[in-house]
Order: sequence, then structure tokens, then C-alpha cells
Amino acid sequence: MKNENINIVELKDVTVSFDGEKILDGLNLEIKDKEFITLLGPSGCGKTTTLRLIAGFLEPDSGDVVFEGKVINDLPAYKRQVNTIFQRYALFPHLNVYENIAFGLRIKKFKEKEIKEKVEEMLKLVNLSGLEKRDIDTLSGGQQQRVAIARAIANCPRVLLLDEPLAALDLKLRKDMQKELKNIQQQLGITFIFVTHDQEEALTMSDRVVVMDGGKIQQVGTPQDIYNEPQNAFVADFIGESNIVDGKMIKDFYVEFSGQKFDCLDKGFSQNELVDVVVRPEDVDIVESGKGMLKGIVTSVSFLGVHYEIIVDIGGFKWMIQTTDEHLVDEEVGLYIEPDAIHIMKKSEYSGLYGDYSSYSEEIDLLSEVDYVEEEPVVEE
Amino acid sequence: MKNKSLGSKLLSAPYIVWAALFIIVPLIIMLYFALTNEAGVFTLANLSEIGKYKKAFGLSILYAAIATVITLLLAYPMAYFMTKLKISSQRMLLLIVMLPMWMNFLIRTYSWISILANTGIINTFLGKLGLGPVQLMYTPGAVILGMVYDFIPYMILPIYSVMSKLDKSLLEASEDLGANAFVKFKKVILPLTRPGIISGITMVFVPSVSTFYISQKLGGNKTMLIGDAIEYLFNLGVDYYNIASAISMVLMIMILVCLFVMNRFNDDDDGGVVI
Repeated sequence: MKNENINIVELKDVTVSFDGEKILDGLNLEIKDKEFITLLGPSGCGKTTTLRLIAGFLEPDSGDVVFEGKVINDLPAYKRQVNTIFQRYALFPHLNVYENIAFGLRIKKFKEKEIKEKVEEMLKLVNLSGLEKRDIDTLSGGQQQRVAIARAIANCPRVLLLDEPLAALDLKLRKDMQKELKNIQQQLGITFIFVTHDQEEALTMSDRVVVMDGGKIQQVGTPQDIYNEPQNAFVADFIGESNIVDGKMIKDFYVEFSGQKFDCLDKGFSQNELVDVVVRPEDVDIVESGKGMLKGIVTSVSFLGVHYEIIVDIGGFKWMIQTTDEHLVDEEVGLYIEPDAIHIMKKSEYSGLYGDYSSYSEEIDLLSEVDYVEEEPVVEE
Repeated sequence: MKNKSLGSKLLSAPYIVWAALFIIVPLIIMLYFALTNEAGVFTLANLSEIGKYKKAFGLSILYAAIATVITLLLAYPMAYFMTKLKISSQRMLLLIVMLPMWMNFLIRTYSWISILANTGIINTFLGKLGLGPVQLMYTPGAVILGMVYDFIPYMILPIYSVMSKLDKSLLEASEDLGANAFVKFKKVILPLTRPGIISGITMVFVPSVSTFYISQKLGGNKTMLIGDAIEYLFNLGVDYYNIASAISMVLMIMILVCLFVMNRFNDDDDGGVVI
């Protein structure tokens, strides 16, 4: 039962700089009560800074942080009704599981009996019942993650902030935790503000996604909006795979790119306006040479299980196409593109930077997706 | 575990010889003297003699305890604020803390005489103001001051080293969970820096309780500490080696008991004390 009208957190024209460098640049964002919103972007885009601003670990240089209609710029973290799940959990190594979860409750002077009930309830929620007495360093990464969740939500926050909480977990565990977090969010009806650089994670979990880069919001929308209607080349490239080519809007519903003219579903551009054209690799059909709208030479083929990823050279621009049919390198093929597969974007500062697969190789892609989070934290003494 | 090779045994041999020669053998000699009389016959009589030095034992422990507490109270905030500074300033301050340690210990103690004496810097200054002279030298205060001054680096360094490794996200986590500055200190910073405090206390208390030079130079003959007693007895000649050794033995046992208790304190959780 979401109340769509209430903004629990608002950021109004917020700017933050470190050493003269703008980390957040005039950020405006409204976060609704009880929604699962994800801040998505590459490292250094300002997503974690945004989270720390809401948590109270940072004050904005200018602009306002608003919580339930009140400006809370200089309200210290310990007085805010938000709790954070830290990237590396930040569990207290000198306390056991029970005392970690009870930490916030003890500060709030709960009675011992209430604390016990609450801790047990939380442990049950995160499937860790029976581990009360365990030391933190005897727990696995996944278990530590669960304790961190329990510790944060035991305080019944209005908003839960999650700073790349799953980045240190392996793929299988990450998938499980994604589902669990989503369940917990729906069960408790808490607003979740989730930070990640993993676009798949963002798309699967969120009600709304905020794509950020360079301290600015590039696009806010539902996962479907973000994927299907990217606002600029950065969003199109960051979310999934995209072929982004230069085009010209001849008139409404009619665009020219790669030397051909296509019907499309977009309108509202001025006549002959230069635009970026996005075509997702899965929306292109490979047909016999001479039959489709475009003609090209296959330059590389990789088999990925579900489909083949094929790079086709069309007049010097390399397209990525995903298809279930096998094709051979150096084969001449035709490409068929439906009007609804074409998405037109206005030119932006990102035009021309993304969307060409000429330097593409599996290795580069894998390297760029490696988590920049170091291995498990080692608590030193 | 597989057997150590001959090579590694040979490599460790010098250290074993060293330890035997300079640690084990002197300890055995001390025990021998402590538990025999002048004729070399086994006796416990030396131990009963120790009663005479009850006061010296008491004073040593009292002064060392006071000095340790003062050192801790000075060093802990210092270490804390050091970690708040820029890395370059931290290094600079560390250097300043360690600098006096490069100077001879005796000279460092001696220099306090020229500050505290009736004709020293402080009293000269007071005299100019028409005050004093105030008796500063040859007081318990001067002895404790000497201990604090000489041993404070050994308190700052271990505390600083633990404090600087403290995970900042733990502090943020405690704030996030509602802890104000005081609660954060009590529930997170203090328990997590305890290993540093414990090794600091050890490293200050042990040399303080057995010192003889500081008390001789700054305390005169009014404050005879147990270290002074041992030194005095040894200087009297061979006949007094037995009683001096007995006192040394008891002092050592006392220190060991103290260390043991301290370490138990720390064993509760994450251990790792440096002695």
C-alpha cells in the first residue's frame, strides 16, 4: 500500500565538493515513502556520497537535505531516523552477534526483555537463529551480511541505506540476498535506498532506478523506463548493451542512420535534428545478405550459452547483435530492424563516447565489471 | 608439521645460545643467590629479610601506579588527536614523541634537575616574580614526574598504533545506530583500543616499578624505591648479593603476576597484547 504522494527524503540542489572537486553537482531527488530506490552508477559517480549525505556523515556545501519536510542538513547522524548497511558491514568485532544487533536498542534504553525479543525476531528474519553467541569473526561473509541487516533494521528505521551491501558476496549468494532483501523490504514497508554499480542488481530489485554519473543524475525512472527509454548515450550504454549510432531525424517517426532511412516510433524532434540512435543487440535480426535494411561483414562470433554475440561491421561502425543462430566470421549478412527496436535520444555530452563495439572484446568487458571492492575485511588488532 | 631441516636448526642456534647465555643463565644465578646463604647452602632466610623493605616495595608500586595512570591520561587523548591529523602531521608528531628516546636515559633524567632545583629554571623564574623558592627537587612529585617523562613514549606508541588502525566505518556505524560522542567512545573506541592501553600500561609500569636512577636523582635519599634498595645492597658487596637477589626475585614474581592479570583482562576478546 504505497502512498505515492509522500516524499520521505528530498535532496534539493545539493552540491558537495572535496578538495575543489565537485562530487555532487546540483543534485535534485525525491524519494517516496516505502519505495525501493537504487542509486546506480560507475565508481566515482557520487552515489555513495549521496547516501552519506542522507545518513548524516556529510553536510552539503549548498542545497538542502530534507527528511519528512524538515531540513536536516546539520542534524548529526545519531539523531536521524535512518540506518545504514555498510559496504564492508562494519560489525563490531568486540561484540558477539547478539550484542551487535542489540547495539542500537541499548542506546535507546530498551528493557532487557524487549531487546531479547527484538534480537530474536531479527535473527529469525535473517535466518540466523541460534547464532546469538557467535563472535563476528567466526561468521562467513554471507552471515556477516545478515547480521548487518539485522543490526540496522532492529532500530525500525524509516529509511534504510544500503551501500553496495552485496558487492563482497559471490554470485550465487548475491542472487539469494537480492531476493531476501527485496522480501524484507516488502515485509517491513521500509524505504530502501540502495547503492550499487551492478546494473542487473538495480534492475531486478528496484521500484525506481537513479542513474548517476559525474555527480549528476542522468535519469530517474522505473527499471523498464531506464532500459527501454534511456535518456542519453551514457544511460543506454551503462544499462545493458547498446549500439549507439549518429542519426538525423528527418521528420516525426522517420530517422536516417548508417546511410539508410528507417521508420520509428519517436517524435517531437525538430526537422533534420542530429540525434543519437540506440538499438539493443537483441532487437536486431540477422537475415540473408541483401534482404535487410543494412549490410555488413561478421567480424567476430562468441558463444555465450543462451545466445551468440556477433560483431558486425557496417560501414566501419561495429554493431553488436545477439542471436540464437550461428554465423561465421567474414560472412556477409543483412540486418533487419523493426521500428519499435529503434530508440531516439537527444544529443548530449556523452554522444560519440559509447555504443561502438570496434574495440570490444570479452576481456575488456570482464575487466571493467570486476568489483572494485577489496576482499573480505580483515579486522586488525 | 614436518621436521625442521638441519639448516633451520643451525640458523636458530645462535639465538638459543644467546637466550641461554644472557637470559636463562643470569636468571639461574639470581635464583641461586636468592635461595642460598653466604656459604652457598640452601635457605629461605633471605626471603624473610625482605620484610625490612616493605616500605620500599609499597612506595615503588604506589609511585609506578600513579605514574602509569598519569601517563595513560596524558597519552590516550594525545594518541587520539594524533590520529585525527593529516598523515604528514601524524608522522611529524610521532617523530617528536620518539625523539627523546634517542637521547640517553640518564641525561634525560639529569636534565630535570636543572629545571626543578632550587636554583633551577622554575625557581629562578619564580624568584623574579618575588615568589619561592619552592622545593621541587627531592619530592615524590619529582620522582613521578621523572617516570612520566621518561616512559610516556611507551604509552603513546602502542595506543597510537591501535588507534590509527581503528576502522573508521565502525565509528560511523555506531553513530548510525544512535551513539553520541560519549557512547561512541565508551562502547566502541575504548574497547577496541584496549589492547594498546594494556601494552602501554605494561610498558610503563614495569620499568617504573623497578627504576632506581630516577628516584635517586630526583628523589634523593628520601624516597627509597625497591630498585634503589637492590642497587644499594649490591653495592655493599658480595655478602649482600643473596638478599639483593631475593628482592629481585620477589619483584620479578610480582611483575609477572601483574602481567598475567593484565593479559587475562585482554583475553576476554580479541587478545594480541605486545609485551
